[in-house]
Amino acid sequence: MSSVSQNFMKLFRGSSGPEAIAEQGSQKLTRRSSGLGELSRTWESAEALCVLDLGSTSATNIRHFTERGHRIYSEDLLTASTEPELLTKDENGVAALDSRKFLADNLVYPAAHFDVVLCWNLPDYLDESLVKPVVGRLWSVLKPGGMLLAFFHTRDAGPDSPCHRFHIIGGDTLEMKRIVLRQEARRPPTGTAHGVTSTSDGFQLQRVFNNRHIENLFRDFASIKFFLARDNIREVLVVR
Amino acid sequence: MSAPTAAPASGLAQIGKSVFVKGELSGSEDLYVDGQVEGSIALKSNSLTVGPNGQVKASVEAKGVIVLGKLEGNIQASDRVELRKSAIVTGDISTQRISIEEGAYLKGKVDIHRADVK
Repeated sequence: MSSVSQNFMKLFRGSSGPEAIAEQGSQKLTRRSSGLGELSRTWESAEALCVLDLGSTSATNIRHFTERGHRIYSEDLLTASTEPELLTKDENGVAALDSRKFLADNLVYPAAHFDVVLCWNLPDYLDESLVKPVVGRLWSVLKPGGMLLAFFHTRDAGPDSPCHRFHIIGGDTLEMKRIVLRQEARRPPTGTAHGVTSTSDGFQLQRVFNNRHIENLFRDFASIKFFLARDNIREVLVVR
Repeated sequence: MSAPTAAPASGLAQIGKSVFVKGELSGSEDLYVDGQVEGSIALKSNSLTVGPNGQVKASVEAKGVIVLGKLEGNIQASDRVELRKSAIVTGDISTQRISIEEGAYLKGKVDIHRADVK
């Protein structure tokens, strides 16, 4: 996309996309989420749900669920994927992450344990070698009928779309803050494939899934529902 | 107003950053750990602070727990838990109140229990 059209898109997002609130040194965005709105009806009506939040640790989300009597587990998989011990080489000698080791150390829960999994934008930023194994593990830890929410960028979002942490501030409203990595995590796990640019100091978009890729990724799940948003994000709500 | 630094107060029991302790730690005064502890820590009416250099691999039972460094193990706090932005915590947390600064890392379950009504 040309810089002119990118600037135009920024202008466009400013008027009809997420609402930007400039803060000192960081930017907070709020966005309406139809997927979250639908999912929140579940946790407003059901009791003692078991929720897994795979985004950056969020006190807001922890409070949101514990106040409603639900149990919440927090596991920041993107940060966990920057562990240096995961670096290995595939059969072609290309740098990759060891998905077996990753799954031995992360997402270790009994089968059918969770009612809700909040994936946020994890699949877009997670290293290629981990995406399918992680989705497979998520299928097994979700209860039958359990729901998973994930966000995917569309191609129009551009390769420099920053990775955000998500805080639930309303039934269908999220506050998003750009993630700035810890100093020790600022390294490319698989070289250039999962590079953390010096200019962004955050995670880099790894790929753009189209609808067919997303359907394939979640093909073992019972149903999948897409919500198109105005800020170049597709929200996906899948049911196991 | 400046943010609290959780620096050890004078007179506070301290485990310095060159000290390694393995075993069961218990006491009736606040404890500041900036070294390494492996085992268990029980300070039922007092607080534990894990300093920025602290590396604790232990189950913790205390009134309050403040973490600036690394803590691996379950935390049971009768009052509150604070995870500062440099905290890396792996384990389940059971407490009445919790505060987590942006940037803190937590891997585990959080259980908020209400204060006993008398």
